[in-house]
Amino acid sequence: MSGKHTQEDTRYLFKRDKTWWVKLAVPRELRDVLGYDLRRSLHTRDLEEARSARWDAIAEFREKIESATAEQIMGSTPSAAAKREHHEAGHQIVKEHTVEIVSDSGEGAQKCGQIFGLVCGKMGNGVWTVEIIPAEIQPPARERQGASGIRVRMGSHYVTNMGDQADLVVAFNEQVLYSRIANGAYRKGTVVLLENMWAEDPDEKIRQQYAEALQDFYAQGLIVHELPIQKECLKLVENPRRGKNMFVLGMLCHIYQRDVDKAKEEIAKTFRKKSAKVVEINHKLFDAGYAFARDNLDYEYEIPSADDERLASAIVVNGNQAAGLGVMAAGIDLVAMYPITPATSASHYLADDFNLTGGFVHQAEDEIAAIGFAIGASYAGKTACTITSGPGMALKTEMIGLAVMAELPLVIIDVQRGGPSTGLPTKIEQGDLLSTLFGVPGDSPKVVIAAATIAECLEFVSVARRIAESFRTPVIVLTDANLATGVQPIARPDVTEDWFPPPLDQSDWDEDVPPYDWDEETGLSERPIPGMRNGEYILTGLAHNRQSKIAYDSASNQEGAIMRSRKLATLAATLKPPEVHGDETGDLLIVSWGSTHGAIEEAVDRARDAGKSVASVHLRFLSPLEPGLEEIFRGFRKVMTIELNYSDDPEHPLINKETRRYAQLAQVLRSHTLMDIDCWSVVPGHPLSPGRICQVIDTHLGKLEGVH
Amino acid sequence: MFGLKGDWSLEVKDRYFTLEDYSGAEPRWCTGCGDHGILAAVHRVCRDAQLEPEKTVAVSGIGCSSRLPHYMNTYGFHGLHGRALPVACGIKSRRPDLDVWVATGDGDCFSIGAAHWVHAMRYNMDMTMLVFDNGIYGLTKKQTSPTTPLDVPTNTHPSGSLLPPLNPLTVTLGITNVSFVAQIVDWNAQLRHQVIKMAHEHKGTGFVRIIQRCPVYVEAIGKALQNEPARMRLLTHEFGVEVDDSVKRLFPNHGEHDPTDLPAALKIAADDSVLPLGILYRNPDAPCYDQMSSEGLEMSAQEKLAGLNQAFDHFAI
Ligand SMILES: Cc1ncc(C[n+]2csc(CCOP(=O)(O)OP(=O)(O)O)c2C)c(N)n1
Ligand code: SF4
Ligand SMILES: [Mg+2]
Repeated sequence: MSGKHTQEDTRYLFKRDKTWWVKLAVPRELRDVLGYDLRRSLHTRDLEEARSARWDAIAEFREKIESATAEQIMGSTPSAAAKREHHEAGHQIVKEHTVEIVSDSGEGAQKCGQIFGLVCGKMGNGVWTVEIIPAEIQPPARERQGASGIRVRMGSHYVTNMGDQADLVVAFNEQVLYSRIANGAYRKGTVVLLENMWAEDPDEKIRQQYAEALQDFYAQGLIVHELPIQKECLKLVENPRRGKNMFVLGMLCHIYQRDVDKAKEEIAKTFRKKSAKVVEINHKLFDAGYAFARDNLDYEYEIPSADDERLASAIVVNGNQAAGLGVMAAGIDLVAMYPITPATSASHYLADDFNLTGGFVHQAEDEIAAIGFAIGASYAGKTACTITSGPGMALKTEMIGLAVMAELPLVIIDVQRGGPSTGLPTKIEQGDLLSTLFGVPGDSPKVVIAAATIAECLEFVSVARRIAESFRTPVIVLTDANLATGVQPIARPDVTEDWFPPPLDQSDWDEDVPPYDWDEETGLSERPIPGMRNGEYILTGLAHNRQSKIAYDSASNQEGAIMRSRKLATLAATLKPPEVHGDETGDLLIVSWGSTHGAIEEAVDRARDAGKSVASVHLRFLSPLEPGLEEIFRGFRKVMTIELNYSDDPEHPLINKETRRYAQLAQVLRSHTLMDIDCWSVVPGHPLSPGRICQVIDTHLGKLEGVH
Repeated sequence: MFGLKGDWSLEVKDRYFTLEDYSGAEPRWCTGCGDHGILAAVHRVCRDAQLEPEKTVAVSGIGCSSRLPHYMNTYGFHGLHGRALPVACGIKSRRPDLDVWVATGDGDCFSIGAAHWVHAMRYNMDMTMLVFDNGIYGLTKKQTSPTTPLDVPTNTHPSGSLLPPLNPLTVTLGITNVSFVAQIVDWNAQLRHQVIKMAHEHKGTGFVRIIQRCPVYVEAIGKALQNEPARMRLLTHEFGVEVDDSVKRLFPNHGEHDPTDLPAALKIAADDSVLPLGILYRNPDAPCYDQMSSEGLEMSAQEKLAGLNQAFDHFAI
């Protein structure tokens, strides 16, 4: 196959910006001295030239490695000697690690991981934690689908997603590991620290399950260490079901060389509402776990802190807390909502802190009432926010249409979950793009933006409020279950008073200015606020003219439709084209939107490091779209979206040009650019990992080979 | 001096509002439609209270009756079918300084908007709520409404409604925290004015069900009542309505009812044989949600900024 032909003999070579480079991996024990690999540019674009030029470089690299090894063995530098000693004791410096703690629900695995993540953040690591949530509130114990826990990915760089397979797992029982294995959460070589009390359980069935599971895990290539966690905890407490998690935290803090004082401080904070005795016993459990790991485990990893300014003055939040803070930072003082997973926790957070900025959470009788309440507030001069998820969005459509028609500012946050219908309440999907763009009957131009990161969950509420007011329109902010539950240190925003809306304007309205004084060019107009003298008008959801008078005539209806649509073009004119991540020309361009951003960029970086010609571009504005897309797309042989929503498998016998249903952004971009934009998308209910995306990139690059 | 306060002076308002100041567009309701009279009463109550038009908002849903805001010269919100109440509540929660009126129909309120009706009564926000109950869907041309009587033919039930009509009074009185429930007929000006005025002055949601004539589609409903005054019973009380003898003469069936007595009100409302008129229930002390929801409104930008930083501190590392 021609594909293989071009792949041939690029040993030690990779391509960057069309130029060939050479690289050689550094042995693990020298990485802290020499880095991960040695590399340099060969200053040529010609593969033949690169092939012959590489050998000098390789010889030079090998020399460097040899002398570094000699130096280390002689112990000529004290740091190298010290590190060698550590290495003998199992000490390794790693760039990043992913840890999972899984248990039955109610055993505190999440708390343990949260504290661990916080401590990592405090020690300057980039961190992403994501909770593993069972579908049921209280699933029975030792149930395969009942895994409850947390994943913590920490690194010497800013971490933007949950990563690939875990490096180390602590499991409170063996059964809960099965669902994680089924999700592809582990790899061959993943270290499993497993509670061994089940081996001696009085119930024979449990003993048998345990023994069988061990065999399964070994067969999977997991490295299992059976540990007497329960037994050790029993030395300190009567019921280790509570407290085991702090023992495990101690273990992890030793394994990852975490600052003990910082960890204890967080423990004290966690139990601050309990008595001093509770704090004390948890500290003891922590110490015991720490000592246990030191004395019994041969794992010690060091993850140097990240040098990233975002972590210099950080707050650690999940996407829903970020959205809640975003509401406050936007100067919004009303959130009207009806409880729905995964949006609800944003209102839980606001219910705690909203009073600090004078805000109020209105829990309405349903989603229609919630948006109606928010619209009332907006109409009265206080731009409000309503937050929900897919099924709630469906109920709100008529009201969104009203806000479009009557040109009311409004911020709508949709924390997407799996759909349609009740779907996958706790799980991620990017399934609401088309329904937010087009789900309202009639022509209903509105602004739709999607947060890519947890930081953007915060910022975009402010952006939305400002656009909503300047453009007199509802703005939908799309986030999702992945952002909602992912926890990350993000830069603490520097909010100033100008983030807030100006005080309520109650000055007199100019009698000669109608309530819809549309500017022909831009469609923009100012609106009277109740309380303004001479501004009295009757807002209506019916077709209306500039005076807000019901108008059924053709000319008025046409004019209103044009003016509402014109605002989107006006907004688009203020936007800049998105930046391409990677080279601006090449073989493959991935287009993304929403929370897949971090994983996609990471995958693209890996592929580029491996010399592949791939880049990505991320869209934040979905309505209107950012400008210049067609031109960007023209720089690539193939353009495709990667999304977490449904699309047909083009390989299926029934799927052809006429029947194929594309992923949602792909559909939008195909009609927007008239270009043959491809897509790859799935609905697994969990986020995409960079590794999976790398496979997709490889497959699609492979298909390109031989197509010239 | 003379026992009068130093700053005593006759209160001369720099603005005086006449009925015209509240009148908007020319009403487009049919001749003989009960809505005209209700609108006149609303204008009068606004004038009596000297409401500033720019501080008054009339909110409605969709229906003949929901056209009312267009006939006001105040601010108005003519929104979606069934959804007047959430919008009105949202307005009131952010702007307690505004005087909020809600105009809704029997379909708008008791059918598509029923959930909001129940919950708005419970929120008990300070507003006046007028239900124009003509027992029919007027705007969409004669379909059965929840209050259409059994024997009245409609376009969806040509041989009369299949189910007995809903009793809006027992439902409303049964809602926890309800604070003002009254019923009137559109054709008695004195009663109409007095009850709407009391509903307006009431602190909380003043719910008034108005039996409204729709001569175009269901003339019989209004006619039957007008021809048989004995089918109505006027409730009077010093804490309720006090009408003069001329009105009492029109409603020979009248008697005292103490509007603070909820069980008695429920009993009266549940009796389907007579239609009670007047104030059934009134409790000025029921808690109002607008007071709870608007607590932080006075906060300055600086205070908010300080509060926000405090919130950030909760997550700082
Ligand atoms: C969501 C929706 N469903 C249906 C309608 C059609 N519709 C408009 S008014 C109305 C009924 C009006 O009846 P009522 O509330 O009793 O008011 P009336 O016209 O009798 O005053 C209906 C069904 C609509 N506008 N919106
Ligand atoms: S149809 Fe009936 S309710 Fe509607 S305006 Fe005419 S008379 Fe009034
Ligand atoms: Mg009606």
